[in-house]
Formats: sequence, C-alpha cells, structure tokens
Amino acid sequence: MTFSERFIEVDGCRLNLRRGGSGEPLLYLHGASGAPAVLPFMEKLAQRFDVLVPEHPGFGASDEPGWLENMHDLAYFYLDVLESLELRGLHLVGSSLGGWLALEMAVRDASRLKSLLLVGPAGISVPGVKPGDVFLWSPEELTRNLFFDPALAEKMLAQPMTPELLDVSLKNRHTVARLGWEPRMHDPFLRKWLHRVNVPVKIVWGEADKILPVAYAGEFKKLMPAAEVEIIPRCGHLPQAERPEEFCDIVMRFAGKR
Amino acid sequence: MEVILFHLMPYADLDLEKGRANGTVWVNLPNSNFDPVKGHKLYNRYLDELEYGEELGFDAIAVNEHHQTAYGLMPSPIVTASALARRTKRAKIAILGSALPLREHPLMVAEEHAMIDVISGGRLISGFVRGIGAEYHTFGVNPTFSHDRFHEAHDLIVRAWTEPGPFAFQGRHYNVQYVNLWPRPYQKPHPPIWIPSQGSRETIDWSAHPDRRYTYLQTFSPASVVQRYLKMYRDTCKGFGYEAEDRQLGWAVPVYVAQTDEAARREAKPHFEAFRNVFVRMPVEMLLPPGYTSRESLKSVMKAKAAMFADITLEKSIELGVIVCGSPASARAALESYWKDMRFGNLLVLCQFGTLPADLTRKNMELFAREVMPAVKAFRSSAELVR
Repeated sequence: MTFSERFIEVDGCRLNLRRGGSGEPLLYLHGASGAPAVLPFMEKLAQRFDVLVPEHPGFGASDEPGWLENMHDLAYFYLDVLESLELRGLHLVGSSLGGWLALEMAVRDASRLKSLLLVGPAGISVPGVKPGDVFLWSPEELTRNLFFDPALAEKMLAQPMTPELLDVSLKNRHTVARLGWEPRMHDPFLRKWLHRVNVPVKIVWGEADKILPVAYAGEFKKLMPAAEVEIIPRCGHLPQAERPEEFCDIVMRFAGKR
Repeated sequence: MEVILFHLMPYADLDLEKGRANGTVWVNLPNSNFDPVKGHKLYNRYLDELEYGEELGFDAIAVNEHHQTAYGLMPSPIVTASALARRTKRAKIAILGSALPLREHPLMVAEEHAMIDVISGGRLISGFVRGIGAEYHTFGVNPTFSHDRFHEAHDLIVRAWTEPGPFAFQGRHYNVQYVNLWPRPYQKPHPPIWIPSQGSRETIDWSAHPDRRYTYLQTFSPASVVQRYLKMYRDTCKGFGYEAEDRQLGWAVPVYVAQTDEAARREAKPHFEAFRNVFVRMPVEMLLPPGYTSRESLKSVMKAKAAMFADITLEKSIELGVIVCGSPASARAALESYWKDMRFGNLLVLCQFGTLPADLTRKNMELFAREVMPAVKAFRSSAELVR
C-alpha cells in the first residue's frame, strides 16, 4: 500500500500529512517520538481504512507555530484539521502523547468521531504511580525503556544518527517539553470532562510499559467505565511497533465492526 | 577593579563516593546524604567566611541560588544575604543571582531585594539568572518558557522598583492589578543589576542593550571561553553604538594561593577535583533540558560532550584557566595576564570550593587578600593611565 505525502495548511501551520489506503477514515496521532516514516502497522491498517498520519505541529517536517503553547492549542488545531479535511465518521487512534491529544479533542467535540482507540495514552496522573522520566533519561535509556523486547531497542539503537535525524529529534523533544513538561504529560483538568467522550472507546496497553505503567489502564477504566481495555502481555509502550499484527487485529476488531 | 568574594556553600561533608556512584549530586542524590547537624556547622562557617571577607577588604561578598543539590546549600540567597546585611557594614552584598523563572512570583523577588537594599543602606547588587537546567527538573517549571518568564519577570521587577505605584502589570505569565512596592529600594534608580551566565549569545545581546548595560559575569569556564564571551559582550556594545565600560564585565573563578606553587597545588588538589569532578558533574539531559538553550547551542554542547563531562585534574584546570592556583606571585601574574586579555572590571573569587576545609579556606582568603588583591585592585588605575 503506498502512502502519499504532502503538506496541508491549517491555521497558518504547514502540516506534513501521509495518507494511504481506502475505507473509513482513520487518523493516527503519534506520540513523543513522532511519525517520521510509514510503519508496517500503518500499511496493514491501510488495507482496511483510509489512514491519515500527520506529523504534529512542532514535530518532524511540520511547522513550529508560535501559537502552540499547550495541549489545548493542539486539540483545537486538530479539530480544525478534521473540519478542513471534511472528515466524518472518523476512527481516531492516538498513542501516548497522541492518546492524550485524542482525549482533549474528544472532550471538546466528538461529533466527527466514530470511535476512539487509545494506545498507552498520557493525559491523566494516577495517584501513587510514577511514570518514567523521559526528559531525564538519555536517548539510549529512553529507547531501551520503550520496548519489552531488548532486540527491538538494539535494532533502533544500531541505526546511525544523521544530522537531519538529530535535528528532528531535538525539535520533537522541544515540543514534547512544551506540551508536557509540567504538569508532567497530563492535564489535571482533563479527568473532570472524560464523561463527554460519547463514542466507543478502546484502551490498549502493553503490560510491560515502562513509560506509563499499565496501572494507568485501570485508572482510565474507572474514569471511563464504558471503555474496553485490552492488555497485551510481554509488550512495552508501543504495541503498534512491538506487536503490529496483534495491534492491527485489535483495531480491526474494534473499529472495523462499527 | 572591584574584587568580590563569592561563596557557593557546598555540602563539603558529602560522602564523595556516594556522589560519584549516583553520577551527579543534583536532582536525585537522596537527601538522606544531608546531615542537618553538619549542615548547621557548615552554614555558620560559610557565613563567617563571607563576613571575614569584609574585614579582609573585599569590595563585595556574594551569594547565589541553587536548588536540591550538594553543590550549594543556598536554595534561597535571600536568607544568606539577609544574614550578611545585618552583620556587615561596608561591603556590598551581591546576590548572583535570583533565579527569576523558578520563582512563583517576581514581585516577591522585587520585595525581598528591596528589603535587603533598604536594610543594608544601599549595599545590594541584584543578580538575575534563569537557574540552571537541573533546576527545571526539580522545580517542574517548563524550560521552553524559561527565557519568556525571565524577561517578563525582569520587566516587572524593574518597573516595580522604579515606577510610582500603584500601577497595573499585564503580561503573559504574570498579571498584577496593583504593583505598589513597599519598601522601594534604597539605591536610585535601583540596585545595580548583574547577569551571571555560563555564556550565551542571547544573554549577551540582552544585557549589553543600551537600555540596560547590565554587568555580565562569565562563570566557571576555561579562560579562553571567558575571553571569547567577554569580547562578544564588548563587540555587542560596539554594535549598539557605545563602548562597554570595564565595570560591565566580570569573571568568576576559583582561586587558591599558598606560599609556593607546589604547596598551592598540593593543598588545593583533592578539594578542587572534588568540586570539578563530583559537585559540578551532571548528565547533559539534566544540564540542558529542551528549550533551556537554543537547539544550536545544545548541539554544540553535545559535540563537546566528551571533553565537558570527562574528569579533569587540577593541573589541567590551571593550564586551562579554570582555576587560578599558585604562589601569590604566580596568582598575580596569571590574573594580570588574564586581565590584560579581557579587561574585566570585576573579579569574583571563589576562595572555598568543593571539600576545601575551614583552615585552608581562611589561609587562602588571608593570603589572597594580603598578597594578591591589592595588585588586582590596582589594575583599574593602570587601565586609566593607558587611556
């Protein structure tokens, strides 16, 4: 499945958008490490959906708009993107920071959404549970802590760091800090409004997540009792990268049936 | 030339092996390593050392702000400066500086500094800093807003000091309906403002601006780096259309003098190396969180990482001009040579560093004050003669 890549302009911000496949629209919101390439799970989902993968403002090849000061700005921006692309009946999939973003969008306006699938989402804090400190870890520690399978981390670490990749990683890191330094990767007011998410919700979590421990899934379930929760054993923070087959099956079963 | 005695107040009783094993004494070294009884003795010893600085003839005594670290026990320089304000009569008191973006409200800084200025009868030098990167980890303040908060806090403080109140202040980070400072500062228009920095283009552009002309202090760097930044400051002033006065430039450097070069090196070595290789050390992620510096500066630090983060001996540090260490004659010669290259009008000497104990610290201060300081203070007059 080939993905097209082009810039669209919304709210004065040039957004790098990859799009491939056909079917009902599915928007994937990436996490802190961005979405620099089309990954196998995106290819597979594109067999069934019209898959849209933007790089958020402040990430990758997209602009860094001056107005981007917090997650609320990003949520309103993406609601404008949905309007601008005339997306309706959308399956929204968000991972980690992208999961938090998806929730901030959904509590504001879920009218264009058909379903919401969250993969190890940030956005809330859980009393007594300490998330990993992604800002204090070295890039190597961070990579190792992303996966359950050390071989995957080794494979990532073996990739040479080019000046271009370094620039992108520093840009991404800056934006992640702007959005999630304090309060750390959550919005203390979000939990009050999660009841406004009035579409089917599925929460997927890697059992061995070292960034946001799996205890977060239980807290989300308390806050959103109607949500389905699925824990993937022997898997880290990124089930879509670590267990793409299983992850895509989950998406198909959940979003595909709606 | 003004000579200033600067103190960091390190936790000199630190178990160095624990500090080393933790990789840093900042942010996450457990505070079970701090013994309040030892801390009590250290605080009083250090305050005595600063007070003794006045007696020895230093023009000013200086304190600073660091949080949650064994590197320095002054989370509030206000506390130490206040203690000094009542125990000294002549010397200026320099706070180098208050970390503006870390404070919840800049008006508190304006008030506290004004109090010390009034209590001391106009002896305060106000330093403003952003706090170092590690402190954004410990305080949770977003480093990507660090510059914004610094500038806005500065504007609010200077306006609070100088404009008749009450007036309203509207900013992006701070909003106050009634700015109406009691007390107003003693000095007119306000205490001198100094900007300590580890070296940054942005800070230099901002402090050198004709509206401000703030004294720029380059802290703890190899002499060649200090020279580069002080020159950058002078060039920036020229670019703004004026010539920098020497008083606008300062250098903060550890100094150790003893009877001979050999004795100075022997006595300073373990204590300076503890300072440089244990107390200062931290990983780059801690030192430079995202947004604290521009991404270009971050990249150049990452490139220099191996050199910056490796252990360094006292001997190498002397060679690099990271410390001035030797007999009084050697110290005078070294400082004169550096001064000729840089023409700083303020020399801040750190006479205690790392684990340097009380007896050696006093001996160092006395010898420096007697045998080195008079010559250094005279640098200014020779500069005037040259002109």
